[in-house]
Amino acid sequence: MGEPQHEMFDHATAAVEGALAAGASYADARVVIRRHEALQAQNGELEQVTHDEDAGVGVRALIGSSWGFASTSELTEVAAKRAGAEATATAKASARVPGSGLHLADVPAVQDAYITPFTEDPFTVPLDDKVEVVVSATRTMHEVEGVMVATAQLMFWDTDKWFVSSQGHRIHQRIVETGCGMDATAVGEQETQRRSYPQSFGHVETGGYEVIRRFDLPGHAAATAEEAVQLLTAADCPSGELDVILESSQLALQIHESVGHAIELDRILGWEAAFAGTSFLELDQLGTLRYGSELMNITADATIPGALSTFGYDDEGTPAQCVDIVREGTWVGVLSGRDSAHLAGLPPGGMVRADGFNRMPMVRMTNVGLLPGDSSMEEIVAETKHGVVMATNRSWSIDDKRLNFQFGCEIGWEVKDGKRVRMVKNPTYTGITPRFWGAMDRLAGGDEWFAWGVPNCGKGQPMQVGHTGHPAAPARFRDIRVGVKA
Amino acid sequence: MTLSMTTAVTSLEDLQALADRLVALVAARAEDHDAEVEANVRATRTRHGLTRFANSFIHQHVGEDTVSVSLTVAVGGRTSSANSTRIADDELSQLVDTTLASAALQPVDPLWPGATPPAEPTFTGTHDDTTADATPDERAALVEAFVTAGPELKAAGYLDTEASWVAFASTAGQRTAGATTRASLDGIHQTGSSAGSAHQTSVRLADLDAAAAGALAADRARRSASFTDIQPGAYPVVLGPEAVATILMFLSVYGFNAKSFLEGGSFAELGEQQFDGLIDVWQDPTHPGTIGLPFDAEGTPRTRYALIDRGVTSALAHDRRTATRADATTTGDALPGAASFGAAPTNVVMHGGDTPAAQLTAGIERGLWITQFHYVRVLEPKTVTSTGLTRNGTFLIEDGEVVGAVSNLRFTESFLHALGPGRVRGVGDDARYADGEFGAGVVIAPSLALESWNFTGGAKG
Repeated sequence: MGEPQHEMFDHATAAVEGALAAGASYADARVVIRRHEALQAQNGELEQVTHDEDAGVGVRALIGSSWGFASTSELTEVAAKRAGAEATATAKASARVPGSGLHLADVPAVQDAYITPFTEDPFTVPLDDKVEVVVSATRTMHEVEGVMVATAQLMFWDTDKWFVSSQGHRIHQRIVETGCGMDATAVGEQETQRRSYPQSFGHVETGGYEVIRRFDLPGHAAATAEEAVQLLTAADCPSGELDVILESSQLALQIHESVGHAIELDRILGWEAAFAGTSFLELDQLGTLRYGSELMNITADATIPGALSTFGYDDEGTPAQCVDIVREGTWVGVLSGRDSAHLAGLPPGGMVRADGFNRMPMVRMTNVGLLPGDSSMEEIVAETKHGVVMATNRSWSIDDKRLNFQFGCEIGWEVKDGKRVRMVKNPTYTGITPRFWGAMDRLAGGDEWFAWGVPNCGKGQPMQVGHTGHPAAPARFRDIRVGVKA
Repeated sequence: MTLSMTTAVTSLEDLQALADRLVALVAARAEDHDAEVEANVRATRTRHGLTRFANSFIHQHVGEDTVSVSLTVAVGGRTSSANSTRIADDELSQLVDTTLASAALQPVDPLWPGATPPAEPTFTGTHDDTTADATPDERAALVEAFVTAGPELKAAGYLDTEASWVAFASTAGQRTAGATTRASLDGIHQTGSSAGSAHQTSVRLADLDAAAAGALAADRARRSASFTDIQPGAYPVVLGPEAVATILMFLSVYGFNAKSFLEGGSFAELGEQQFDGLIDVWQDPTHPGTIGLPFDAEGTPRTRYALIDRGVTSALAHDRRTATRADATTTGDALPGAASFGAAPTNVVMHGGDTPAAQLTAGIERGLWITQFHYVRVLEPKTVTSTGLTRNGTFLIEDGEVVGAVSNLRFTESFLHALGPGRVRGVGDDARYADGEFGAGVVIAPSLALESWNFTGGAKG
């Protein structure tokens, strides 16, 4: 991006020095410059083009049992040093309500650089080309009779981070992320029906504009819109206990909500209890708790090429890594940072990241996903006596311990005697996390395994929006309660 | 006033100068274009301090001081927007150049309403200097009061203070500025088997009574420590202000959003009695103690109007884009960067009734008192059919009295149906700022007693 490297490292260093001079036992700082571009079209018209850029320094200071964090958008050494001192003063104030001392698990003090591999810089692609993608896709969808609203969006991020710690880290990273999505909404008398592509809320990867070309929104527009209209006259999803077959993007969200958040160590330790909640998992169950069936193998892998949560180092300077979370159905791992890992007596997982310079890093999912199985969607349907295939998330809700969930999907197909017999609308399913995962008896793999990217994970106070990845493939779950109605 | 933007921007006057500077930069570039060049500019300073506690100690303590600018330009009706925290002189010039260049490449925006014309807000924002200047020590002292209210319990939550200073300027001559503050305390106490919550929000930090909030949360937690499971089904309910605030947020986003209405996704039938006559909901930035600025993200003065007038759906929230589309007048409810989302009311006030909240259980043979909802998501926008869970205090009512606690429940319910004509038993006299899952300082709500609420699952599924 052409920012002077030494100057940015100098600002981060000044912030760390400011914190240490004020009395911090440890400090780290990130200078972050983040560019974001977003385009949205509706019904064949361009609706919004936005270019955002935020830049500043955030500094974290540790004293006793508390972190203090301060940030400023003023990128000067004076302001950075002042922010460092403020971070320490803030941490000191916490001593009024103290806990046990917080310590950091050891990681190597690395001096390194990492850049997302990409083919085509999305910020250098002519704007006209991008506009044409969203305008033509929404025009095609809107031309389908019965479609009331057709929207499409492209989104790009280019983030430079300069990280310095009082232990000697000095890391520059450039993370490039590219995503797209579109949806068509058909409106009936007392209902709306929507179809999205490639998944709801858009799909994002680390990489360049080649991602947009690969997903070809205009080429999928007509089929997406036609399904939305067909849903208005489709039968309602049956109610009862049936087999549920989830396509991979819905299963990705199922993993996100019922595994990814549950294994966050900060939640398990109670640090997020008031807002996001805690977890049904307790640390003394690690290594023994039965999370699901033997088909269930989950990793948190920040090294998968192209996946959304792939990077070189997290925002504490811990190297990206692959951590086993569930092995053959048994819970074996967590998502952790240096402080939570030390407290739990576990190795640090490199899973702490922040949403911009002005937010404090926190435990975040990397690419938390299922390892592939050996079946396929076609085989799974063929082996199902009575069930519902459900695709593309429409709603999601789960309790504060990540146990009791209910999901709604955009579309379903009832399966009888090994065949999809009809399209159904408003498919929903509900369950209890370990019981649900214990009911997984078929899992696809091969080309159907895909690393979905979720760009809208909310957590923390103040709220931070995280980007998470979730590899998944279609899978079947036996005897699940479906078709919950008001 | 000429201000070099390499100096720190701290005051409202600095921000107005910053906004004016950007408008002047755009105007100076106008001669480079054959078509009319317009701009709306917002310059914002946000100062936010937040003290988080968990396991009864302060574990995260953060502060932020950020200055940013938002620029929307139109070149012959071709629009583009930009937001940036980079405000040095050369960076502002670059921002203007790139945004104008981006706009010139766009198709004409058919809904561009023009730069915001001059209009003076009719009231001032609510701002408290002491709250804006609150220190980490002051926040920590209040957290201590909350935590010590339940010495045998585990406390968690946050206490924050936020100050915003915003200046707006447009090439059409609108020029206005305002400031607002908010202080919130949101916390729980936990017994190991249960949790109880309390929430307070005000313009002034001095208004927060942390000890009282802590005592309330601790009491709810203790009363929930022993609970029973209850069969899912339809029950009469008393909803606390937090639960009501969640409902109002959903009605606002999915129903009163004019863009949603124009796209056929809203339940709203203007002039129709869609709600019980006891339901009276206003967008009211003039309400005593209301948090917020006197103008919206487009620089339009906010207005006071009824959304639901004694059960009758009365109005939609418009920004200038939806007003253009609907041949209506903006209500001053534009949200930052939300052209594709639409407008929504952000000073929502449901008027309280005359029934003491504690007496709303009267006449309920067997029902539930819900303190708070959790993780509510919409299943069908047109009926606002939603699912979610109860949290931090769910109590059984028998023969008009609260007799004990029950485990958390999942519901699947149409909010439109639940608040429909003849379905509201009573409105409490306890209207206050409530944190309706999606943020503090947006909704003032009382407790409500409803004839029926559909619970579709319990703790065991």
